[in-house]
Amino acid sequence: MAKTALSKEFSKGILRENPVLRLVLGTCPTLAVTSSAVNALGMGIAVLLVLICANVTVSALRKIIPDKLRIPAYIVVIASFTSVVQMLVKAFVPALDVALGVFLPLITVNCILLGRAEAFAGQNPVLASAADGAGMGVGFTAALLCMGTVREILGAGTFLSGAQSLLGVFGENTLGGFNGWTLLGEGNYLAPIAFFIMAPGGLLVFGLLIALSSKIGRDKAPPSSVCGNCPMAATCHPEEASA
Amino acid sequence: MKIFITILITGILTQNFVLARFLGICPFLGVSKKVGTAAGMSVAVIFVMVLATAATWPINAYLLVPRGLEYLQTVVFILVIAGLVQLLEVVLKRFLPPLYDALGIYLPLITTNCAVLGVVLLNIQNQLDYPQALATSLAGGLGFLVAMILFAGVRERLESAEIPKSLKGLPATLAAASLVSMSFLGFAGIAENIFN
Repeated sequence: MAKTALSKEFSKGILRENPVLRLVLGTCPTLAVTSSAVNALGMGIAVLLVLICANVTVSALRKIIPDKLRIPAYIVVIASFTSVVQMLVKAFVPALDVALGVFLPLITVNCILLGRAEAFAGQNPVLASAADGAGMGVGFTAALLCMGTVREILGAGTFLSGAQSLLGVFGENTLGGFNGWTLLGEGNYLAPIAFFIMAPGGLLVFGLLIALSSKIGRDKAPPSSVCGNCPMAATCHPEEASA
Repeated sequence: MKIFITILITGILTQNFVLARFLGICPFLGVSKKVGTAAGMSVAVIFVMVLATAATWPINAYLLVPRGLEYLQTVVFILVIAGLVQLLEVVLKRFLPPLYDALGIYLPLITTNCAVLGVVLLNIQNQLDYPQALATSLAGGLGFLVAMILFAGVRERLESAEIPKSLKGLPATLAAASLVSMSFLGFAGIAENIFN
């Protein structure tokens, strides 16, 4: 029974409650780092790591943290693990640190982290919280990879370009120095459309992906706003929250 | 003087915080249904962004860097911003009640607005001096205001439009944001060439 419960906590984050496409949390990094699939994948893995660690810590401390101080306490936990992951990325994958720039430390204020701490890890046991964190992290990574794949292929005409910056962790020339494919552009009939790797392209692809996911998902209507699942929604829409 | 004008134009038009750098997307999509609320939220963001930079820049330069504690930046900055927002709320409530009535409801939310932590970190990363950092924060906040108000206007029109069922809600909002962002692309190159 325990096993099925854990796998349920894990799998809900991937499709049914995908943090990006269904809950619409963490929109800033989703839009900002997905101009290439490799950056999207790197960001996804970084968030996955912070999410599991923060969920486990918050869950383990859930009986010690006073209720009134829980939001600041969660933020400190999340900020600490973000700093740890940032240092690891700087040390082992420096190219990714440059590519993600300020969005790596900004994992601290990513609503997915605070949202999961507030909605799940604060009330549930450690193992379930770890499974929830892992599922949400994988769902986040998958959604970012979708965005990155569409935008990179259409906008730059390549796929997984710069893969060595991630594979470099396993030593030089992993997978025979694989560094991505060129699909459009030079020597091809079709040319890439730079619009898709620029800011407006990101917004458009994100909107269409949300529409697609609600079309193939069970509930037909796409989310109407980003606020429904944001942990801070009550502070932001006092008139709607009290109504 | 030239550099400050360049910073303002870059922050508002060419490198707009929301539309070009994707910082602060949540309030941009969430609080932009009415022009009034959009303006209130933006003014609160400008306030906090400038104050946060005013507080964190000296902390970084005089406390963290001399002691080799740069790795604590993220943790220290988010705590300073959270404390500052709380303090601002208390001070406004006590001394400027009209301003508190206008901005108060937006303040707690701003702690986790990534535009605020983002501008603070970007200022340090780009090694700006104190006046430049303050100007960048002000420009970033003003850019946020411009984007919010323009977009709130677009969204009020969107309410009455007929939209296919699967695109209703967020997808249509995002497509509209994409068009607004595209119009800002037209400003590219202005900041570099304004004094030539």
